[in-house]
Amino acid sequence: MTETTPEITPEITVSAQGLSRRFGAHTVVDDISLELKRGEILGFLGPNGAGKTTTMQMLTGNLAPSAGSIKICGVDMLDQPTAAKAHIGYLPETPPLYRELTVREYVDLAARLHRVAKNARASAVDEALAHCNLSEVANKLVGTLSKGYQQRVGIAQAIVHKPNLVILDEPTVGLDPNQIREIRSLIRELGRDRSVILSTHILPEVESVCDRVVILHHGKTVFGDTIDGLKKFHGGRIVHIGLRRPPTLEVLAAIPGVARVEADGECSFRISFADQCDPTDALVRRAVEESWGLFQLVPAQTSVEEVFVQLTQKDEAAA
Amino acid sequence: MINTIAGKELKALFSSPLAWIVLTLLQLILGFGFLKRLDDFMQIQPQLLQAPNPPGVTELVVVPVYATCAIIMLFAVPLLAMRLIAEERRNQTMVLLMSAPLSMTEIVLGKFCGLLGFLLLIVGVTTLMPLALLAGGRLDFGLLASVVGGIALLAACFAAVGLYASSLTAQPISAAIIAFCLLLGMLLTGETASDGLRERGWTVPAALAQVLSPLKNFESFAKGSLDSYSIACMVLLTAVFLVLSIRRLDAARLG
Repeated sequence: MTETTPEITPEITVSAQGLSRRFGAHTVVDDISLELKRGEILGFLGPNGAGKTTTMQMLTGNLAPSAGSIKICGVDMLDQPTAAKAHIGYLPETPPLYRELTVREYVDLAARLHRVAKNARASAVDEALAHCNLSEVANKLVGTLSKGYQQRVGIAQAIVHKPNLVILDEPTVGLDPNQIREIRSLIRELGRDRSVILSTHILPEVESVCDRVVILHHGKTVFGDTIDGLKKFHGGRIVHIGLRRPPTLEVLAAIPGVARVEADGECSFRISFADQCDPTDALVRRAVEESWGLFQLVPAQTSVEEVFVQLTQKDEAAA
Repeated sequence: MINTIAGKELKALFSSPLAWIVLTLLQLILGFGFLKRLDDFMQIQPQLLQAPNPPGVTELVVVPVYATCAIIMLFAVPLLAMRLIAEERRNQTMVLLMSAPLSMTEIVLGKFCGLLGFLLLIVGVTTLMPLALLAGGRLDFGLLASVVGGIALLAACFAAVGLYASSLTAQPISAAIIAFCLLLGMLLTGETASDGLRERGWTVPAALAQVLSPLKNFESFAKGSLDSYSIACMVLLTAVFLVLSIRRLDAARLG
């Protein structure tokens, strides 16, 4: 195959163009493009069945795309799968663990399979184990470990060969809050000198660790921006207000700064406002002056579902 | 890299009870048959000595041990091979190999070598029985080498068929049944088709049928004749099923 990629610097670790995947007539991933630089953490966000796992399987060479191209550190995944795979560490949704091996044997096997040089192997394994806080269980059988430890063994397997790109599919599912915090800090650490792609359906997770986010819905990219862009998009621009003796919607809408009012129930309202003009003060003042019986005022905690609703609504409006 | 995968497969085999059960039962059955035949041989030895050019202990005692071993492998290999790919699919561990910088060929050859290594261990342990006879007599080493080589080739054929069956499904038991059916089909082909075809003078179909009958090919080794066509048939059969397995794994990626 012709290898003409001098213009691509090694700083770009992933470059995927127009990825699509069909299973029969069913399109699971539809024309997704993404690019990632070294030192960036990309969050794949989406509800179940959005195509996150399928996209990751294609990026890691486990599944051939129906259309599109993938370059990992400048190496084409379809033309030179072995060379491209050497740059990747992958933790699938179900960690691929051999239960009959000890943790050290298992990570050592992963290192061998990734062609870590013989003289560097022992230290690479030790390093990966220490990284994932597995040193004290190194000689236990993988099958006897708890879910949290198994997840960490899965991560150790993905980083033992020091890949340029680490792909983690829902790395925090099924873990307790402490373990989730540990894994997140581990991911942040990984993101310092390599690229990380992680998928999740938890919005705060993306906000706490990722630099960039891609939101998938029905196999399409509905949002792709930096985390700040995401925050701007959904964050802090909605308040929920509860009033025992509410005025009419028109009165609320007339308050300076209020962009839109929706009634959530009889006594509660959802007030959206534009970026710079927060109407909360005015709202409270009016509520007291005209004794609306204010009993609740909460800035909206936008859940990922709401972001989807907004995104899909935006799509429909645009269409 | 093939070594790494082969080593992993051997380790997985020995950490399951199946490998030990197969080794134990095989030794019990072969050991019993061996001693029985040896006993019979001792009784008829005086009469044999009067015949001109009498068959020796290797022909009468040792070769049948390997023939029994071949039949046992027919049943054991599907069970030993079933987990190679099917179980990795079921446990979703196949991803580890598929994501590693390995070609499908390396994965298939590694798994094949792992299983073949175990089968050769069976052959090796079996060979200790005839070698024990050296304590009180002599062996026909030519015939012994021929039959050991034949059973090694037979093991390779069976292992390749078992591996292919395992690549077809994600249920180890289905894989075992498919492998057993394939091997049984080959046994029947060998018993019926090739001779029948040859008698009718259809030499080309007969030659093709012989490729599909590894047990028939093994018989010529058991007679001590190194038939190059038999060797070619067994190597070809092994290669065909290995290539089919590689293609099968590639197809799974393309989905």
